[in-house]
Amino acid sequence: MSLKDLLIKNKHAILEKWFDIALGVYAEQGQTFFKKQKDRFANPVGHTTSEGIESIYDELLKETESDKLPLFLENIMKIRAVQDFSASDALSFIPGLKRIIREQLGSILLQKEIAEEWAVFESKVDRLALLGFDAYTNSRQRLFDSRVNEVRTRAARLLKMAGIGYDIPVEEKGVKNGKADNA
Amino acid sequence: MAEKLKPEEILNISHQPPLTSKGWMDTRSEIRPGMHCYACEPKNLEVVDFPNPRQWSVMDEDWKLPENWKEIFLEGMKDRLDRFRSFKLFMDICVRCGACADKCHFFIGSGDPKNMPVLRAELFRSLYRKYFTTAGKLFGKAAGARELTYEVLKELWYYLYQCSECRRCSVFCPYGIDTAELTIIGRELTNLLGLNIDWIAAPVAFCYRTGNHLGIQPHAYKGMIEFFVDEIEDITGVRVNPTFNRKGAEILFITPSGDVFADPGTFTCMGYLILFHYLESLGLDITWSTYASEGGNFGFFTSHEMAKRLNAKMYAEAKRLGVKWILGGECGHMWRVINQYMDTFNGPADFLEEPVSPITGTKFENAKSTKMVHICEFTADLIRNNKLKLDPSRNDNKIVTFHDSCNPARAMGLLEEPRYIIKNVCNHFYEMPPNTIREQTYCCGGGSGLNAGEDMELRMRGGLPRANAVKYVHDKYGVNMLACICAIDRAVFPELMNYWETGAEVTGIHELVANALVLPGEKKRTTDLRAEPLPGMEETEDV
Ligand code: SF4
Ligand code: SF4
Repeated sequence: MSLKDLLIKNKHAILEKWFDIALGVYAEQGQTFFKKQKDRFANPVGHTTSEGIESIYDELLKETESDKLPLFLENIMKIRAVQDFSASDALSFIPGLKRIIREQLGSILLQKEIAEEWAVFESKVDRLALLGFDAYTNSRQRLFDSRVNEVRTRAARLLKMAGIGYDIPVEEKGVKNGKADNA
Repeated sequence: MAEKLKPEEILNISHQPPLTSKGWMDTRSEIRPGMHCYACEPKNLEVVDFPNPRQWSVMDEDWKLPENWKEIFLEGMKDRLDRFRSFKLFMDICVRCGACADKCHFFIGSGDPKNMPVLRAELFRSLYRKYFTTAGKLFGKAAGARELTYEVLKELWYYLYQCSECRRCSVFCPYGIDTAELTIIGRELTNLLGLNIDWIAAPVAFCYRTGNHLGIQPHAYKGMIEFFVDEIEDITGVRVNPTFNRKGAEILFITPSGDVFADPGTFTCMGYLILFHYLESLGLDITWSTYASEGGNFGFFTSHEMAKRLNAKMYAEAKRLGVKWILGGECGHMWRVINQYMDTFNGPADFLEEPVSPITGTKFENAKSTKMVHICEFTADLIRNNKLKLDPSRNDNKIVTFHDSCNPARAMGLLEEPRYIIKNVCNHFYEMPPNTIREQTYCCGGGSGLNAGEDMELRMRGGLPRANAVKYVHDKYGVNMLACICAIDRAVFPELMNYWETGAEVTGIHELVANALVLPGEKKRTTDLRAEPLPGMEETEDV
């Protein structure tokens, strides 16, 4: 059996633990709620996080990296960027995936044919952490952009009224919400 | 309107205190930037004679409180326990069942236990126990009581200004406890110490002095509306003629000043102007006031007395002008004040007449005492009586959903009228999931004066449940327009929608009405009120 097959077979157990780790940064009552409440509208944090990590996991199992990882990460990071976390706390669940898989699969990972695959997988997780960092900083940037945008909207009418023809530029050319359009 | 629990559901409620046993008292709260609004400027307290005006900062160690601050706070609490039966009752009867715990958008968006309504109230209740109950006095912490220290005061302050007074939690409480009311009283106490935020204190001072939250002088207010008159003429070819401070008019119109100065509220304001013009020939006799130029009442976020002082200005103006009744615009907390407090504050307004629609003859019995009618009731009645010529296809590029603003929904039960209007002026309307609308609607995250910029982090997490539901209908039905009937919503939502990438823009309902309204003598309309091409007119517009 290849590592990929093992990861597919153990997906449920691994994801459950990964979800726990992802929620581990929240206070106890928060964790309980995010885990228990299954209605996605009553619990957007729990729902987005669990859906997000599953999508990421599936993506990691693919042979070639697709362009979807940043989006999946951003869905989670957008939430964490407006909660009380430092960047390291917000991202801490990503490296946690390696530990869970190690615990789950144990010595199997040392078998020669698996070990190589595992090394590749580990580097994918490392890369995931870096992408996660991008997603977190992008989200923080969006937050600050929102502050600026709002001030701009509030001022626009008043400037117009005062007969001041100056239009506050909407955004830098080719840059939207702190990200280059082609990013 | 609280959802009534069935008897068996009430029996199922655990009367154990699960939430307070987790040592919350020992968990310190750290005040963080992004999570609170800036401190009030002394000049804004001085204008309304509020105590302890001085320069201070929330992030400073020393909040520059009067020496006897503790005494002031506890005296204030005692006074209010005597005066407000609800306060005393809410302090006493909570069984800590936890039914409200996961209903607050700030908890849902953060997982911070102190944002669970039950615990938010417990921050306060622990003081009540300590100073006003025998058990608390005797057994202290074991009885859930705690000493009022500087640190406790700061924590309480921090969480009182993280409650948007939306009352969602109260819908789920089997005892009808309204945590928002506790926040209201709690904030009153902070005001005794000069601990307001400037985003509230400044609008209050402006409103008191000039008549609106922004301090727009009468001539500038008029100038702004005349500006809209020109824009309306460009778009429709029709020149509307609003009047100002006109004595003897039948109706006085009052709307939040946000509609007059900030997009996208301004388009709703144009909507009112267009509707009133349309109705003129049918017998509408209405005037705007440049003095009562604010429907909102930020005084309500400081103290009952201040709310009363600001509310009185609207009625004084109605009296001065000699109108028969007042029509009110799309505002949120204004309607809570009118519907639930006005009569006790300044009522009954018996110098006014019971409102009757001059167009349809409908008597607005619900406004018998306050003499103030919500514009959605007024317009829905017009539509129902076939008084408006509407072309909803002009809104066909708008796939609309409706956000029930907390106060009109939960404080006055205005649930059907806005939907009825939307369905008559738009062809594409989709509801968000049931547990996110009507009485269960989620707050925009910026209510009760929390819509400043510096607390963006708080607003974004608080607004997550709402944005999440909008995104869902966007993904499912292609919704691209979020309609609402509150000026704070219109100010808060654009960036909330932007941050959470819901794909929706924000509109008031009367903007949609005016897009659809076919004015006699209008030119061929090619754009909507935002000067964006109407469906099918994309080619003709040189954009
Ligand atoms: S406020 Fe009401 S719902 Fe909340 S814990 Fe107390 S009794 Fe239960
Ligand atoms: S009133 Fe609203 S913001 Fe305040 S505790 Fe209740 S649900 Fe939360």
